[in-house]
Amino acid sequence: MSSRDAVLGRIRAALADVAAEERPEDVPVPRAYRRRHVEPGQDVVALFAERVADYRANVIRTDEAGLPLALAAALGGRGARNLAVPRGFPAAMLPTGAWKWHAEPLDVPELDALDGAITLAAAGIAVTGTIVLDTGPGQGRRALTLVPDYHLCVVRAEQIADDLPDALARLDPQHPLTFVSGPSATSDIELDRVEGVHGPRALDVVIVDPTPTEQP
Amino acid sequence: MVSDPRSRGVIWLGSPAFPEAARTALADEQLRANLKRATGTIRDKRLAVAAELDDWEELRDSAAAIKKRVSRHLDHYLLALEASVTAAGGTVHWASDAAEANRIVTELVRATGESEVVKVKSMATQEIGLNEHLAEVGITAYETDLAELIVQLGDDRPSHILVPAIHKNRTEVRDLFVAEMGHWGQPAPEDLSDDPRELAEAARLHLREKFLTAKVAVSGANFAVADTGTVMVVESEGNGRMCLTLPETLITVMGIEKVIPTWQDLEVFLQLLPRSSTGERMNPYTSTWTGTTEGDGPRDFHLVLLDNGRTDTLADETGRQALACIRCSACLNVCPVFERTGGHAYGSVYPGPIGAVLTPQLVGVENAASLPFASTLCGACYDACPVKINIPEVLTHLRVKAVEGKGRASAEALAMKAAATVLDSPRLLAAAQRAAALGGKVLAREGRIGRLPGPLSGWSDTRDTPAPPAESFRTWWRKNRKEERP
Amino acid sequence: MRVALFITCFNDTLFPGSGRAVVSVLERLGHTVDFPTEQTCCGQMHFNTGYRRDAAPLVTRFARTFAEYDAVVTPSASCAGMVRENHPLLAEQYGDTALQRQVDELMPRVHEFTEFLTDVLGVTDVGAHFPRRVAYHPTCHSLRGLRLGDRPQRLLSAVDGLELVDLPSADSCCGFGGTFAVKNADTSNVMLADKTAAVRASGAEVLCAADNSCLLHIGGGLSRQGDRVRSMHLAEILASTEGEPW
Repeated sequence: MSSRDAVLGRIRAALADVAAEERPEDVPVPRAYRRRHVEPGQDVVALFAERVADYRANVIRTDEAGLPLALAAALGGRGARNLAVPRGFPAAMLPTGAWKWHAEPLDVPELDALDGAITLAAAGIAVTGTIVLDTGPGQGRRALTLVPDYHLCVVRAEQIADDLPDALARLDPQHPLTFVSGPSATSDIELDRVEGVHGPRALDVVIVDPTPTEQP
Repeated sequence: MVSDPRSRGVIWLGSPAFPEAARTALADEQLRANLKRATGTIRDKRLAVAAELDDWEELRDSAAAIKKRVSRHLDHYLLALEASVTAAGGTVHWASDAAEANRIVTELVRATGESEVVKVKSMATQEIGLNEHLAEVGITAYETDLAELIVQLGDDRPSHILVPAIHKNRTEVRDLFVAEMGHWGQPAPEDLSDDPRELAEAARLHLREKFLTAKVAVSGANFAVADTGTVMVVESEGNGRMCLTLPETLITVMGIEKVIPTWQDLEVFLQLLPRSSTGERMNPYTSTWTGTTEGDGPRDFHLVLLDNGRTDTLADETGRQALACIRCSACLNVCPVFERTGGHAYGSVYPGPIGAVLTPQLVGVENAASLPFASTLCGACYDACPVKINIPEVLTHLRVKAVEGKGRASAEALAMKAAATVLDSPRLLAAAQRAAALGGKVLAREGRIGRLPGPLSGWSDTRDTPAPPAESFRTWWRKNRKEERP
Repeated sequence: MRVALFITCFNDTLFPGSGRAVVSVLERLGHTVDFPTEQTCCGQMHFNTGYRRDAAPLVTRFARTFAEYDAVVTPSASCAGMVRENHPLLAEQYGDTALQRQVDELMPRVHEFTEFLTDVLGVTDVGAHFPRRVAYHPTCHSLRGLRLGDRPQRLLSAVDGLELVDLPSADSCCGFGGTFAVKNADTSNVMLADKTAAVRASGAEVLCAADNSCLLHIGGGLSRQGDRVRSMHLAEILASTEGEPW
């Protein structure tokens, strides 16, 4: 008998008390929890900004027109010069100046030699202060936001889900996903949290608010 | 076909029973100070972030129900997971026990031609003793989680599910890093301080080259979604991302109970786990992957489904709820016993309250008979558990099994039997009360008894006991009330 | 209302005063209390130590003894918890359907003393007088078992002259745990030492609780350490009056 059959056989024997006709859906799962921990009318983008900042990530809010300037300010603040830029990242967003942009493909040693990476995101989650990357356009493969020590992430306000249930529903699990909540951290010494271990030790999140439509 | 439960790796063979092991830990003032500090820190944080969600109880109810659904239909969900992982390009393996899982992983590593693997912290591989097994066959496993690294460098044992090095304080970690990091990887700087920031930096530099060159990684899994085939690892440091992303081959060893039905179910567990575990709204990094992805991450993904005593646990209708555990460690952090003894006293990979109910079930109560008694039944663990495992209920249930294992003729069983006879008779109880009052008179000084004999000496070493009063309540009642009333 | 006192075997033997105090408070409030003498023990020690089968006859006895009463009041949170939580379980495991029905019907009428005062009688001021600094230790079974909440504190706060002081880390277990204190004496001792230190830090003259078992443990530790803090069941404080101090 294969181990597969052995394990499955033992499971079935262990569940002798479960009636043969019981189906999984017959076991009730109450879902009385809230779909979102925000109040109607609450400023979700402001909440996202606050919660991301709680992890000691830098948060910058700007609009479309101010974006290159905001990115320049962020990069300047970190002293980052050489940055990875994934495929699909809008070239128009990139500030002009003393930065060197390194386009994909980039192997691991090349990534390791860079100061940071600049990417878009797939979603944001306000309540938990999380950005989610799904390797889609402008986000690069997973190594791109992992190996360099600095991650500058651009999130559009409309990408920010209020809470986890909404965010998970927006995401496609067939893509590899990375949920990022602040810079890398550890609580392994005395259960006291400190930031900065193997993942990027610096995280800047730039939130792009929609440009207000001109009133005629 | 079923192997000796003691070979399942869960328990550390030769460890003394809990009361004796605890004695050693209790004598270590430094250890107790470390534990008190760490558990105190995390308790307050957990309470604060759990209180932010006014539907915390509803989330717990939902999580418990999802886990119950899975446990009652585990075969169904495992087959669904197997199908979806396979469809996504992964390979699924089934392991009856520790030996088989170790053999599968060994063969998979050998097939790559590599002799080193990097590891993400994983309770399942800790349980089966994978590192030790790999070492025997000439494969070096490098633990990359900071606390696991501390344990591995110190040739130590883990003492906590989430923070295996919780028994060590920052100064001890510093000394260990300075002494041991030089054996491989980048050594710790000579002037390393005990600031956790500097210690984390030393770990970063020490492991970096391993991460960037590793070809094979071994991980555990926090969740695996049956309907999509998605596997999830929840972590903080980025060592998980390194292992899950950079190597060419990824081998994930997962207990069969970790499967959940749907992607949507993660909305429940991802709200509960980080808050219960590290007291954060969300842990820094959560990675999910579904099979393999062209041009990103490992080319080969293997998922090893591990039984190793879980089906024995499943067979116990009361005890099977322990399989709902999501390894958050909240029960350890709130446990007044764990706070004093630390994890090593449990003699198992799974310490603390959850260990006291899981270990005896995974290896058989007779092989861990002192653990169900390693609790005051104070209930703090049940309150803290995000999936509502009624740990006190399982503890008293397992105590019955432990007692049955000792037989009906043990001194304790006979004393309990005698007590039961007395307690089921008001007449015998009254007689015993009179005898106790007389005995108390003999033993007591100024109404207090100092030393008691035999098994009660442990009690009387630190406590006075009031002498039983001359008159029991029932005697007083008979004299003062019953006689007044017709 | 026919009110029965379930004294518990432990209080009956070692702390009869707590039973007298319950009777005194309830009579002062105008109720007649009965003590059915066929009562013995709830079976908690046997149940918690792994001897469930030995506890089973006690379930039958309890159900039979108290069947006819409107309310069963007990000055022990842990015994009340044992009866309400585990008697139905034992009845199911070892009894017949008649016993199960009897137990299920009785359970809602079993009350811990402070629950009975506040929830059933709707009283918080029982007319007590006790001019002392008092700390309240919420025992685990009071706090997490029965969820007594602030009922005990409400009752104590209404006592004339009483100053209620905070007990540091009040919600942490004292280390008693029934046979735990014997089987794991060393661990229990360390937990006890932390609890007695907290009691001293509170500045209380009197330590009270809704369960004498934990008080036996904590009070025994305080006594051995030469401390003068007196431990008293909460019922004894509530029974105390200006004319008849307890």
